[in-house]
Amino acid sequence: MRDKILLLAGFVIGSLIGWQAFPLALYKTEEQPMQFNHKVHTGEQGGMACTDCHIINETGRFQGVPTIAKCAECHAAPIGSTKQEQRMVDEYITPNKQIPWKIYSRQPDNAFFSHASHVTIGEMKCEACHGPQGSSESLKPYKENRISGYSRDIWGVSISGFQSESWQGMKMSKCIRCHTDRGRKDGCIACHK
Amino acid sequence: MAHHGRTTSESIIMETMNEKKHKYGMVIDLDKCNGCGACTVACAVENNVPPAVEKMNSRNGITWLRVSNVNQNESFTENDTVFVPMFCQQCEKETPCLTVCPQNAVDIDPNTGIVGQIPQRCLGCRYCMTACPYHARYFNYWDPQWSDGMKQQLNPDVSPRMRGVVEKCNFCHGRLHAAKEKAASMGNREIDPKEYVPACVESCPNSAITFGDLNDQTSVVAQLSKQGNAFRFLSRLGTEPKVYYHSTREWVRAMAEQKGPHSLRDSQFSAEAIHG
Repeated sequence: MRDKILLLAGFVIGSLIGWQAFPLALYKTEEQPMQFNHKVHTGEQGGMACTDCHIINETGRFQGVPTIAKCAECHAAPIGSTKQEQRMVDEYITPNKQIPWKIYSRQPDNAFFSHASHVTIGEMKCEACHGPQGSSESLKPYKENRISGYSRDIWGVSISGFQSESWQGMKMSKCIRCHTDRGRKDGCIACHK
Repeated sequence: MAHHGRTTSESIIMETMNEKKHKYGMVIDLDKCNGCGACTVACAVENNVPPAVEKMNSRNGITWLRVSNVNQNESFTENDTVFVPMFCQQCEKETPCLTVCPQNAVDIDPNTGIVGQIPQRCLGCRYCMTACPYHARYFNYWDPQWSDGMKQQLNPDVSPRMRGVVEKCNFCHGRLHAAKEKAASMGNREIDPKEYVPACVESCPNSAITFGDLNDQTSVVAQLSKQGNAFRFLSRLGTEPKVYYHSTREWVRAMAEQKGPHSLRDSQFSAEAIHG
């Protein structure tokens, strides 16, 4: 009996370390350089679409997070009364400095992903991979894997790998699943560079 | 998900649908090549090949595309010489590097026919280098290093390789990605052939290299590859390379089947190899 209790206790302690303590130690948490409210921009007040700022340029490349020039188009001087906006104008727009955003969805360097292929031709919604970012009111802390240097959003928030939503995790296995479901056959270099 | 229930006939249809749409290849006119080496430089710059370190030599350096000088070793007035740009010949059948790779790091892209090499999968055993009859594969003996200034000119479409892996020509696949993205942003699934031209082809001042889709019978490259004087190196091995050469000189065509074109690495054939 005593053996069984010890075994159970060992199992519980091991699980706690593996599932709780290890993830805490594995990821370092960093705050974004400033806050951003997507909802203000995309909601009734702003009425903007994702593609108004996150554009695919004329060469077909996705530009990702917009540069400060895009922000300055509307915010050359503060149009609201929040502290964050005042800070953006003072610290970044007026001195024409880029905001050093930490990118949640940055893939490893050897991955090639074409937004144009998936969005323009494949007619996928941004939310399918990025989740309901457009209606978020603040930016969550950025978590970086200490070993690989990748964002936690690549693996997904769940350490076990179980995901309840399509936009949790951005690993190669997800790319492959979607491609095979659609009967596509590709070589490695179709998505690797 | 849904695909688990796929029937055999459906799978067969999908296989057929996925028959190679494109088969990219090249024809190099050796009579036009004057050995200037512009292709070698353009290739290295395009594909983020790091500059040589101090200890590098012609055997352990990295040159995806190497121009070799082959001459007949005759006396001065009799002698004839040819420059041969040699790189991955993109073998279509029994691809030697693919067959031997224990890591599945080499594959043939089913849509383009390009032989791909994935450094992240490579364990560095170099079996593929031994297997390659063209010695077109190179091993990273050192960490790639660029000076700060040179880092600014790295090509973002090509991921640099790390120490301990093999690399080779992939027909400037980054340029195909770029062409595909551009086409996709305009709603096209097919690229404009003019948008996808490898760096060596673009840089050749004599237009000695023609690139295109061998499956497209109307393309210049498909027609050139069927010319009487077109040939492939070591065609007797049956690997069916997708890189063709062309020369009106008989001794040049004969050289392509001689034993040991590996001596291309040492920049010239011996007279013995050429004549008998």
